[in-house]
Amino acid sequence: MKAYDIVIVGGGPAGLAAAASAKKAGIDSILILERDKELGGILNQCIHNGFGLHTFKEELTGPEYAGRFIDIVEDLKIEYMLNTMVMDISADKIVTAMNREDGMFQIKATTVILAMGCRERPRGALNIPGYRPAGIFSAGTAQRLVNMEGYMPGKEVVILGSGDIGLIMARRMTLEGAKVKVVAELMPYSGGLKRNIVQCLDDFGIPLKLSHTVVDIKGKERVEGITIAEVGKDGKPIPGTEEEYSCDTLLLSCGLIPENELSRGMGVEMSPITSGPIVNESLETNIPGVFACGNVLHVHDLVDYVSEEAGRAGENAAKFVKNGGKAATGESVEIIATEGARYTVPKTINIDRMDDLLTVRFRVGAVFKDSFISVYYNDERVLHRKKNVMAPGEMEQIILQKKELAAYNGLKTITVKIEKE
Amino acid sequence: MEKIELTCIGCPLGCQITVEKENGEIKSLTGYTCPRGKAYAEKEVTNPTRIVTSTVKVTGGEKPYVSVKTKSDIPKSMIFDVMKEINKVTAKAPIAIGDILLDNVAGTGVPVIATKATR
Repeated sequence: MKAYDIVIVGGGPAGLAAAASAKKAGIDSILILERDKELGGILNQCIHNGFGLHTFKEELTGPEYAGRFIDIVEDLKIEYMLNTMVMDISADKIVTAMNREDGMFQIKATTVILAMGCRERPRGALNIPGYRPAGIFSAGTAQRLVNMEGYMPGKEVVILGSGDIGLIMARRMTLEGAKVKVVAELMPYSGGLKRNIVQCLDDFGIPLKLSHTVVDIKGKERVEGITIAEVGKDGKPIPGTEEEYSCDTLLLSCGLIPENELSRGMGVEMSPITSGPIVNESLETNIPGVFACGNVLHVHDLVDYVSEEAGRAGENAAKFVKNGGKAATGESVEIIATEGARYTVPKTINIDRMDDLLTVRFRVGAVFKDSFISVYYNDERVLHRKKNVMAPGEMEQIILQKKELAAYNGLKTITVKIEKE
Repeated sequence: MEKIELTCIGCPLGCQITVEKENGEIKSLTGYTCPRGKAYAEKEVTNPTRIVTSTVKVTGGEKPYVSVKTKSDIPKSMIFDVMKEINKVTAKAPIAIGDILLDNVAGTGVPVIATKATR
């Protein structure tokens, strides 16, 4: 059986950045396994600009951003296999994969970095009544068809969900000659970035209807019309508010779900909130030597943060290999997310193992105006930072200092919460 | 007097900014809460620009299409003219990132460049 120090599952932005930093940290035996026919992951279909402002200080398109990291991986001569699907990873890190050339094969890994990304919430998970005709696509599927395969999914479009991919596709379909009639959003706020609402909807006069959802899909062979209705505070459609739009296409942009079948299969402990693995300060799961980064860990808004996080996962995997796979010693402190903060990544911190500065990322559960991000060590408030506005669609972060944590006597828990004053 | 309502894109706050214009001149600007918001609104009502991204057909390559962008921003009012020109282009492989596939698109003086390579 072939053996590698680090096997990375997924050749998207997370996998590429993890590979590059592990190699720079001195590990030569690295293999990236990618199921698509090229590296770069979902960035290849994100042809719009706005990527890389933090990483490269310039605005790149998705393929350009991916291209920069692919070049680094090529220059560092990191091994990768394309068109290769990982079928299973065992708890003792035997990776079973397959492709057309080699058939089914197994690889022994000292460490595994999970970087599988996420996928879109499908219609089946949304409970939309009505027929099941052709013409219903997830926004990302439509994006791949238009931007990579060269097909237009339809001419008259209704979009459910105002996530960023849905907004981006509203503009893209409009530019290619389709008529986007409306974007309906179940929540009273959009999950997309302000910039996308302005530049993808307002620029083209596309209406955004908040607190609205699809209540009927008409058409037997092909979509013929969509009925949307306003929803009340209880989340249920309000009778009498129905509006019908004739269209041939419905795009769904209703959230992303980390793709963790492999993680679950090997016994990685999962967070019910992020649907991703629970990780410590090293981005390591409950299985020593198994790390996670990028959208498989928690869904990000910015690829720049994915690259940064994945870089840390790569460094930590390299450390694990160099230490000969010794498990961590010392006590761990738990981070509790409460009162507005939904979760944190990481969830636990081993102060001995943490870097001098540790970025903790989290999301809030609702829109907060004129509020504070507060951090408590045990019962003592140590950070109280004013934010004009926080929204579920924009990830927040705090930075913890090792010397501060190490010097705090009897530190048992760190609490992150949102406070009005 | 012309009244324009804008949503600022500078941060998640998304301030609603109202601009009043007369004979092309800004008469009043209200609703912004920071200098970035003011600058954004001034540019949006006097000279709004955008980067346009799309795809171009490729012959003789591994991929049927490559993605492209205008190398710098173009006037917002020209977006559909630029798209019309981009849609007429067929490029020949091989193509490298940054290759100019269309010069001076729709008279804007801006080239359209490839953002994806293909052999």
